[in-house]
Amino acid sequence: MVTPLRPAEPAAARVWDIAAQVPDPEVPVLTIEDLGVLRSVVATDAEVRVVLTPTYSGCPAIDQMRDDVAARLHEAGYPQVRVDTTLSPAWTTDWMSDAGKRKLEAYGIAPPDFRAAGRQGPITVALAVKCPRCHSTRTREIARFGSTSCKALYECQECLEPFDYFKVH
Amino acid sequence: MSTEPAAAAADLLGDVSVDDLHGDVSVDDLELADELTGSGEVATPDVAEYALRLGDDSLILSQQLGWWVSRGPELEEDLALSNIALDVLGHARSLLRYAGSATGRSEDDLAFWRDEPEFRNCWLVEQPNGHYGDTIARQFIFSAYQAELYRQLLSSTDATLRAIAGKAEREVRYHLDHSAQWILRLALGTEESRERITVSLRDLWPYVDELFADDPLIDRLSGIAVRPSDLRAGFDDTVRTVLSEAELEVPQVQPALARGRHGMHSTRLGYILAEMQWLPRRHPGASW
Repeated sequence: MVTPLRPAEPAAARVWDIAAQVPDPEVPVLTIEDLGVLRSVVATDAEVRVVLTPTYSGCPAIDQMRDDVAARLHEAGYPQVRVDTTLSPAWTTDWMSDAGKRKLEAYGIAPPDFRAAGRQGPITVALAVKCPRCHSTRTREIARFGSTSCKALYECQECLEPFDYFKVH
Repeated sequence: MSTEPAAAAADLLGDVSVDDLHGDVSVDDLELADELTGSGEVATPDVAEYALRLGDDSLILSQQLGWWVSRGPELEEDLALSNIALDVLGHARSLLRYAGSATGRSEDDLAFWRDEPEFRNCWLVEQPNGHYGDTIARQFIFSAYQAELYRQLLSSTDATLRAIAGKAEREVRYHLDHSAQWILRLALGTEESRERITVSLRDLWPYVDELFADDPLIDRLSGIAVRPSDLRAGFDDTVRTVLSEAELEVPQVQPALARGRHGMHSTRLGYILAEMQWLPRRHPGASW
């Protein structure tokens, strides 16, 4: 089960809570904690180390997130901050918190609606995606690739609104 | 508070002197150190050579796909190709970073400061963008190959390659799916679209065999690298499935004498590199 854990150790937990406030620059309604990009925190007397994981390999937002985490921790009085990123274990939408999914839907982006684990095959079967506005499942994919790597473009055939869908990945 | 225009300009430029408008900002300041490889491991010369092959394939394909930005036949396709370009560029960065760790070179050193004979990409990715069908056919062949490559690379004994494959494998599924959908649409569309996608696939097929050629480097990297010939069956399966649904034959053509893995390239690569490399070579250290 991929549940990123807030550290139990108090000093690290304080750092985690600060880093966890950083919003996703592309989907500002989500924090990096909601998104599952915040992976771990280690705090020593000498420095704090935060590990992030990119969503997609080419996602340019990761550089922004790293800068934002460092800036916030500097502001909070941590002079020595190191932000690393790791590719492994690979991020999937299963890392997204339930709170994050609810925020996405309220924001007008359909959240990933089933678990990525276990999905197989060269051609994927599209399941019905629920319209974040009217909750109809009579929707259709307009484009697999949307405004950012993590989203696809959909259209609701009930209320006729186009909407973004955060792809199961 | 009043500020003289010159002072305001100086503010904007920070400490950079007017003689040196580009400053001394280095792309390495982004500190992509361990992060993209996941471990900060240093590659052995053989592993670096292997990573270079995979990374150069992705880098050149990404550069080619970038041409389509603002030129796609419709907005959605423009976005799709840009997204695919971005994904493969991400893979290229991780792989080149790892390759460079063997010799202390950065991903940018490798991308911008090598010449044709030092590139290790296959000929398929050098093939021209052509019309949209040509680009889709190239993408389909390449994604079908990469889907199998990254799937098998998940079992590599090399942790860095495994980590890169773990991310790339999911992304490449989208690329394969997207290009497969377009193969179907074009093949089963109009007479014109069917004729053109048939020709596209036939023109590109000579470059397929190179993807599956083994050589001594692969022998030396047993367990670390994926043996290219082991990818053929999975590739053939995908191709057969999609092409038979598209009611197309798998092209029967003579393979080209393509030796990109050994630095021998078609004349096209030089033009691609010229466009990709001129800016950092003309303005070393340029940033924006």
